[in-house]
Amino acid sequence: MSKLGSLGARLHRGEVSYDFIGHRKLWYGISILITITAILGLAVRGLNMGIDFQGGAVFTTPKNTHVSVSQAEDAAAAASGHEAVVQKLGDGSLRIQIAGMDTQQSDQIKDDLAKDFDLNSESIAADLVGPSWGDQIANKAWQGLAIFMVLVVIYLAIAFEWRMAIAALVALIHDITITVGIYALVGFEVTPGTVIGLLTILGYSLYDTVVVFDSLKEQTKDLTKQTRFTYSEVANRSINGTLVRSINTTVVALLPVAGLLFIGGGVLGAGTLNDISLSLFVGLAAGAYSSIFIATPLVADLKEREPQMKALRKRVLAKRAQAAADEEVAGTRGEFGGDSEDATPAVVGPRDQSGPRSRRRPSGKRR
Amino acid sequence: MAAPKKGRSASAQSKPGRSLALILIAIVGLTGGMFASGHTTPRLGIDLAGGTSITLEAKADQGSAINKANMDTAVDIMNRRVNGLGVSEAEVQTQGDKNIIVNIPKGTNSKEARAQVGTTAKLYFRPVLAQEATGAAAGTASPSASATGSSSASPSSTASPSSSASGTGEKASSSSSPSATATSQGRAVTDALKADSTPSASASAKASASPSASASTSTDAESAALQAKYAALDCTKKSVRTKAGEGVKPEDPTVACGEISGVWYKYLLGPSAVAGTEIDKASANFDTQGASGWQVVMEFNSQGRKKFADVTAQLAQNTQPQNEFAIVLDGDVVSSPFVQNAITGGSAQISGSFTQEEAQNLANMLSYGALPLSFKEQSVNTVTAALGGDQLHAGLLAGAIGLALVVIYLVAYYRGLSLIAIASLLVSAALTYVLMSLLGPAIGFALNLPAVCGAIVAIGITADSFIVFFERIRDEIREGRTLRPSVERAWPRARRTILVSDFVSFLAAAVLFIVTVGKVQGFAFTLGLTTVLDVVVVFFFTKPLMTLLARRKFFANGHKWSGLDPKSLGAQPPIRRTRRPAGPAGPVETKEA
Repeated sequence: MSKLGSLGARLHRGEVSYDFIGHRKLWYGISILITITAILGLAVRGLNMGIDFQGGAVFTTPKNTHVSVSQAEDAAAAASGHEAVVQKLGDGSLRIQIAGMDTQQSDQIKDDLAKDFDLNSESIAADLVGPSWGDQIANKAWQGLAIFMVLVVIYLAIAFEWRMAIAALVALIHDITITVGIYALVGFEVTPGTVIGLLTILGYSLYDTVVVFDSLKEQTKDLTKQTRFTYSEVANRSINGTLVRSINTTVVALLPVAGLLFIGGGVLGAGTLNDISLSLFVGLAAGAYSSIFIATPLVADLKEREPQMKALRKRVLAKRAQAAADEEVAGTRGEFGGDSEDATPAVVGPRDQSGPRSRRRPSGKRR
Repeated sequence: MAAPKKGRSASAQSKPGRSLALILIAIVGLTGGMFASGHTTPRLGIDLAGGTSITLEAKADQGSAINKANMDTAVDIMNRRVNGLGVSEAEVQTQGDKNIIVNIPKGTNSKEARAQVGTTAKLYFRPVLAQEATGAAAGTASPSASATGSSSASPSSTASPSSSASGTGEKASSSSSPSATATSQGRAVTDALKADSTPSASASAKASASPSASASTSTDAESAALQAKYAALDCTKKSVRTKAGEGVKPEDPTVACGEISGVWYKYLLGPSAVAGTEIDKASANFDTQGASGWQVVMEFNSQGRKKFADVTAQLAQNTQPQNEFAIVLDGDVVSSPFVQNAITGGSAQISGSFTQEEAQNLANMLSYGALPLSFKEQSVNTVTAALGGDQLHAGLLAGAIGLALVVIYLVAYYRGLSLIAIASLLVSAALTYVLMSLLGPAIGFALNLPAVCGAIVAIGITADSFIVFFERIRDEIREGRTLRPSVERAWPRARRTILVSDFVSFLAAAVLFIVTVGKVQGFAFTLGLTTVLDVVVVFFFTKPLMTLLARRKFFANGHKWSGLDPKSLGAQPPIRRTRRPAGPAGPVETKEA
């Protein structure tokens, strides 16, 4: 703990900090690059849509089926008249995918397979999907996504402000694009499970962003009453202040997903668990990244365009120029109103307050 | 901290015991409820327990719109069909706005079920060849049909001959039906229907006089078999009933059961005369002119009009029960009105001693054929019990691993504080489990694989609330406060953050739950449930527990292992303060970057 703990302390005090806002152009660039790569990958390679999106059947034989993959492929092709993809799973069961077949034929095919493999037909699990089922799931998912985005933008605009809502939305779209792009590039199979995972990213990505925004809102509350920091500087400190939390949250969120991925991929071989956790894993990582590197800098960018904030920046810079002449300014006023009635942590406190009992609060300013 | 603040936080600190007691009572109460209800495990979905899950999508056709009323009617009818298969606990439910999910537990004939659920119109009008009550004797009315505009003075209390039969004895009832007339009438009916089943019709009619005789005189083995089936039919048994008319084509004669005023009748029926699809519409109305009370008015399309005219012309000449036609829905006789005279106008009334509800139900069935919409099979998922068990184990194992990893991380990072986090996670897990178990019988919640995933993912969300809270406390300690004020100051801010972020999470779950279909829904439900529980646990358990423990020396003095050691947190001592921070802190240095 102590290492990360003291890092947390130093981040908290601003001893250590990374200038996320200052380097935002770099990170925007990186994100744009990744996004373009993702879109290109999507356009060129397309997504590897699973059986649920084409229609067909997936048969799963019981554990320890003593049939080789090639045997099974031949048998399945003979029974269905379509090409079959067969996987041997970790527990020795076979997963036979037959695309393009009609669901009505399935019982017959299942019986044939059972006969070929010398199994009881009842012991074979079957997942039959009509050709439009996957599309329906996907359409519903897009619909849900759209509704959710509208609602969340409204909510964030009310709870915070519209700039934060826009920035959160951009970050969200960013995460989803990246996740989809990775699926296209790596060629992971897209199943309804993937869609579920993708949709969960919605909540998660925003969850993280909202926590950072919450701290930002709190710290910038009385911003215009002081002249020490610009909005961007305060925003930067918010990110740094919540950095340890962001890291912890992401780790804690990823750990169970990693457990799922390990079990889903390693033990079960393939299936819903695996699909959900894979897209979650990718999306969570993207979400943690975007809330720090994209969402907050975007808010700062938008905010700095406000006349008020422009004026503030001018004042701050003027003051600094003067301060540079006078050297240290620290003793002149307290920046910390924390012990006053106000329960909110006026990290950037009103300048006319609590002069005598000011405590040292290193600023997050970098330039 | 200012004075008024102190007062408030002091009172806030006196509450923790109550909050803790409250949540413990809630847990105990819910757990007690769980044991009392006898549902000590969550109901498992098809993919974990094994069974077949069929997803159907409604297709709008012939002007029938996909709306809630139509979907509900379809669900009702499918429910009847599936549960009519003798399946216990098959469920039929709508999902989204145009999907119906049919879940059939393992051990049922899924092929049969698949064949049953999606079929659209299975309503037929069949002439009655023979009819008798099974079970207790009854003098019940059989509704009558009459031409539109006719006085429709059909007595609602008309007893069909069969109803006079007492007991279950076939002979008793058959003796009441004169064999001679039965034969001729049976033939007349079937001839009129241009069915090539004359032998069977006559055989059956004869049979109603004496079953054994007819069997021997009949040359047609098929009709003999049917005859035997009729003789053996005992409609009082559900399993028998549901199999009575199984797999019979509309153009073949059949046997069927029907319930009239609580008494089960069995029927021997001729080939279908008019199909349900040939009814244009049907409605229930109250007979304001006559005295027949609630009646059902149906109108046929041009085809149906002709056929209905033919069949009623024939039937009207017969005596009971051969002047009746049976309205057969999915193999069950829902009504068997008798015909007074030929109905040629294409519009007919069925009157009898209907209640308003009965009349409307009948009208619905008539106008919808069977299903108001046609359905297309979207997916059929058959999971063997073995595979379901494996998936359940894998899910539980994944959850255990995930939980263990989170616990290890929390212990490593938060040390003593992790006790609170772990206790809160356990409370959260216990509540989730109990609620899931209770929601099974309450709202039909079934734990499926995506729901398990949702629960596992929720571990992260729940743990995050603690992280937000703990980090806030640590920030306060870094400001140089002692633990107790730190906790009280950190809480309002952490609370807001938790509420705001949980709200976003809940919003996502709610939207997904309402909009999406299939597996996504189960996932969204669990996520929403656990998010709500997260808020409950943080408010009523974590915070009070933290307040209580902050009074303990171990935490308050910032023991090295408490996770709240001001020194290792790098707390800054206050410069001019009366209160001293618990631990020694580094020297005060002026620092300004």
